[in-house]
Amino acid sequence: MNPLIEMKNISLRFGGNQALSDVSINLYPGEVVGLLGHNGAGKSTLIKVLSGAYKSDSGQIFVEGSEVKINNPQDSQRHGIETIYQSLALADNLDAVANVFLGREKINGVVLDEDTMEIEARKVLDRLRVKIPSLRVPVSNMSGGQRQTVAIARAVYFKAKVLIMDEPTAALGPEETQKVGELIKALKAEGVGIFLISHDLHDVADLSDRLTVMKNGRVVGTVNTKDVSEDEVLGMIIAGTTPKHLANK
Amino acid sequence: MQNVQTNQAPAVRRSLLQNLGIDAQLLTMLAAIVMVWIGFQIWSEGLFLSPRNLWFLAVQSAVVGIMVGGMVLIIVARQIDLAAGSILGFTAMVMAVFQAPPPNGLGLHWIIALIAGILVAILIGSINGSVSAYVGVPAFVVTLAGMMIFRNLTFSLSNVTITPLNETFQILGGGNNGSIGPLWTWVFGLAIAVLILWQTLAGRLRRQKNGFAVRPMWAEALVTGLTLLIVLGFVLVMNAYPVPGTDPPVGSGIPIPVLIALAVLGFLNWMTRNTRFGRYIFAIGGNPEAALLAGINVKRTMLFIFMLMGFLTAIAAAVQAARLNGATPTVGRDLELTVIAGAVIGGTVLSGGAGTILGAGLGALLMSSLENGLGLVGVATEQQKIVIGIVLLLAVIWNTVSARWRKG
Repeated sequence: MNPLIEMKNISLRFGGNQALSDVSINLYPGEVVGLLGHNGAGKSTLIKVLSGAYKSDSGQIFVEGSEVKINNPQDSQRHGIETIYQSLALADNLDAVANVFLGREKINGVVLDEDTMEIEARKVLDRLRVKIPSLRVPVSNMSGGQRQTVAIARAVYFKAKVLIMDEPTAALGPEETQKVGELIKALKAEGVGIFLISHDLHDVADLSDRLTVMKNGRVVGTVNTKDVSEDEVLGMIIAGTTPKHLANK
Repeated sequence: MQNVQTNQAPAVRRSLLQNLGIDAQLLTMLAAIVMVWIGFQIWSEGLFLSPRNLWFLAVQSAVVGIMVGGMVLIIVARQIDLAAGSILGFTAMVMAVFQAPPPNGLGLHWIIALIAGILVAILIGSINGSVSAYVGVPAFVVTLAGMMIFRNLTFSLSNVTITPLNETFQILGGGNNGSIGPLWTWVFGLAIAVLILWQTLAGRLRRQKNGFAVRPMWAEALVTGLTLLIVLGFVLVMNAYPVPGTDPPVGSGIPIPVLIALAVLGFLNWMTRNTRFGRYIFAIGGNPEAALLAGINVKRTMLFIFMLMGFLTAIAAAVQAARLNGATPTVGRDLELTVIAGAVIGGTVLSGGAGTILGAGLGALLMSSLENGLGLVGVATEQQKIVIGIVLLLAVIWNTVSARWRKG
């Protein structure tokens, strides 16, 4: 089976800073890959290359086996890649409906088709089993969990094959974190491939099938979650070396 | 848990304002205008609310009214336009020089002069927009430079008043023959009333069909009824002011500049609520990075906003020049500040992301009402500005504090 996503030998330089050097990573359908590393390890940069926010200097990206060029966010979305950013890429002053459809509004001629968008947004949020009382208030009035759900709804509505989640639970309380965890499992069961990015092992360990650790813009190693102990992963994150017997592609 | 509670008791939690479905800020604006009007009515011993004064108030509000909507969009997108007054001056001068008879001007057809002015202003807007958006210079600096450049280009074009202008062109200013007359005013009022009723009914039926919440019937009737009353009052007042020198008196009707301002504000209001362009302006103001990541062309949108502002400035310049029957090199000086103040009083937040066209239109009306009323009771110009400055400050304090309350 072809991987859903394969990034090969990605390098990217910002001025004098080698942000990514020769990074390769892949993701299979229905799989959750945790991307770990300290702040500045290159996790977010790598993900921004995949989501079209940055353009790599060299390297290749394959989606379901065929090479693609991703020059901007639209290219990425067209290939079924949806990203949920750490900063929660929501426009706080707009309501949930507007945020779910931001950049891809349904229109009737030149006029926004608000009714259809509201119905569709309601449907997708129901599917995610999350109660949001009013879809027509600014998302700034919502709780962290509700906002995260709006961001996820956005990805789900547009039939993401690949979901990138940057620190999805960093701003959430325990109850809401659990809820997002359930959402991730549900999406995984539907065959969506998910990259979970975090600097904290505990955020991702329970949900991930595999873990890829990065340090200083390079991949330290990729391991099956069930084969490693917490200490071994921490060792990879801190020391930047993989125990040889665990190395796994 | 929080959600469950809200779902259980939605009816109890709805306040009166929520039932009415009106923005609290808009209601405050309306209340403020009513209070100011009543105050001036008493102070001026019945002069302020006469048809004559209200008719002139409408004409005086037109120039700022035409521009204020554009300024709202610019501020919502986290930009500013300090050059608007200078661009208005320059554009008015271009229009005057093009049409005034030689040796003062070129004596060209007034339509050519109007189009030339519009093109010049859109071009200037596109320069402001592209330097801000694509080069990345803050709009504050770009338009501060523009403010100096275009004011002094106006002086370079002519340091004396260029006059007279074409008589047909002068209609844009609302002077002689510059109103549409009682019959067309009624037609306009009725058309607006039908539009409001149709929109309300169609919207309500559509929302019910889709199973969305609708206002209670009494609230819908109250809001629509009040809106229709305002339209009726406007028509009656505009028709009650007679054309000077007519005997028996013939009503003036809506002045052309006021009609233009209403059309501009109506269009912008519709655009911000119903089009992608409008939605994107607010998205950019709310979270520029989110807008970018959502695939919105942020830079192009900003360019278009400044070009739109240029266009509106040119229309306002035409009205202003037509009213004055000429262009002076100082016309429009400090006007950008009045426009910004109108937008801010109307609830536009300077940090971006929030503002309404309707609110800004009322803000412009409030500013003009103060200027008109203070003039009417004989307060000197310098003291007028002090009062207006204080009102601006109070409005912003009110907006800030009430926003904090709403957040809880």
